Amino acid sequence: MNRDDIRLIPIANGTVLDHLPAGSALKILEILDLEKPEEAVTVAINTESKRSGKKDLVFIEGKELSPEETDKIGLIAAGATVNLIENSKVKKKEEIVMPDHADGLIKCMNPKCISTVENLNSKFSISKKPLKAKCFYCEKQMSESEIFNAIR
Amino acid sequence: MESKLTDVVSISDFSRKDIEAVLKEAARMEKMPLSEKAKLLEGKVVASLFFEPSTRTRLSFETAIQTLGGRVIGFSNAKVSSTKKGETLSDTITMVAGYADLIVMRHSIEGAARRAAETSSKPVLNGGDGANQHPTQTLLDLYTIQKQFGKIDGLTIGMLGDLKYGRTVHSLLYALSKFKDVKVRLIAPESLKMPNQMVEETKSTIGIKETENVNEFLPELDVLYVTRIQKERFVDEFEYEQIKNVYILGKEILKSTKKGFRVMHPLPRINEIKTDLDSTDAALYFEQAKNGVPVRQALLNMLKDVKK
Ligand SMILES: [Zn+2]
Repeated sequence: MNRDDIRLIPIANGTVLDHLPAGSALKILEILDLEKPEEAVTVAINTESKRSGKKDLVFIEGKELSPEETDKIGLIAAGATVNLIENSKVKKKEEIVMPDHADGLIKCMNPKCISTVENLNSKFSISKKPLKAKCFYCEKQMSESEIFNAIR
Repeated sequence: MESKLTDVVSISDFSRKDIEAVLKEAARMEKMPLSEKAKLLEGKVVASLFFEPSTRTRLSFETAIQTLGGRVIGFSNAKVSSTKKGETLSDTITMVAGYADLIVMRHSIEGAARRAAETSSKPVLNGGDGANQHPTQTLLDLYTIQKQFGKIDGLTIGMLGDLKYGRTVHSLLYALSKFKDVKVRLIAPESLKMPNQMVEETKSTIGIKETENVNEFLPELDVLYVTRIQKERFVDEFEYEQIKNVYILGKEILKSTKKGFRVMHPLPRINEIKTDLDSTDAALYFEQAKNGVPVRQALLNMLKDVKK
């Protein structure tokens, strides 16, 4: 993590999500169920980034992402980086990639789909550029904005 | 089946080779003597589960099963089934898979056949799942074209009517995109046009042109596939009345069509094809409906020994 990117790390132990698309930070908090956090959470929205113009950042004290949470974030913020912080130092840094499947990550928005009617664990295959999620059951496709809205 | 398919759920699971294998097997079924055919499903029980009624599809499937010597169990109406009592589909299917060697089903819920196939230890044949898929219809459409023209590659096929909601034309378009040099002419009113996504996804292999004018492409068509325009799709009844009368075909179209031209329709029709066309050579729709039996026989025979 460059000094340029993050002028100070406001957490001692936890996770820093960097290079999030501008405007995605609040959705990330929703996904991580951090709208009413117990520990310190710091959010930076629309900060200058050398790499991508504007970006968001999220700093979460005392949290390590689960693989499922990482995949969910991958659906709306692939290319972002996740930094694991220990004792105010970056212990591990990884790029978040788009998952190939989104099983259980989003719900099918088709009210007539068996997965909706019977409340099944959802199954989606993901195609990239443009981002689309296709329901394994009803075969309906969800667009990027629909995925963004459906993800919880 | 030569392919890896263990169920018939969606035409999207079929490669060109898979489709060709089915068409070949269907042709073999038509030629096979009845007595020989009657041994193919001997001793087998086929469940016919019509959670949603569809007399045509059910009769076609059950004819196929019985002519192959199989026995049919099941129901033709969800009211008599357990699903109304709130049992999950997977529970019903698991129970039925315990009795039957093959499962044919139709359901109003989209994705029901995929769910059943994922649950069932026995092959599942989808006879329609809501607005989603009806793969045996698509296969019998392709079989009808193949049988009539001796090929599918290189043909020009018009699709007319409700292209927005019509499940049969959506599946047919995807299936045709697996063939070579097929041209498709989409003929529909603005409000019932083929969804853009489907045109985008198939236009790399199909030459597609669109129009609202029924007559525009008539001279170049080998086949015109007609679908019903359903009143309930319209908010405005006046618009429906206007459109409905524009997209009616009668014998007079044959003045501008080429030799060998044929009209297909998944049936039942309402008034979109006038009866004066029925007695002409162009009427292929009754033949098409009949082709459902050999195609379904082919699928049953190909799947009967599949181990899942
Ligand atoms: Zn679905």
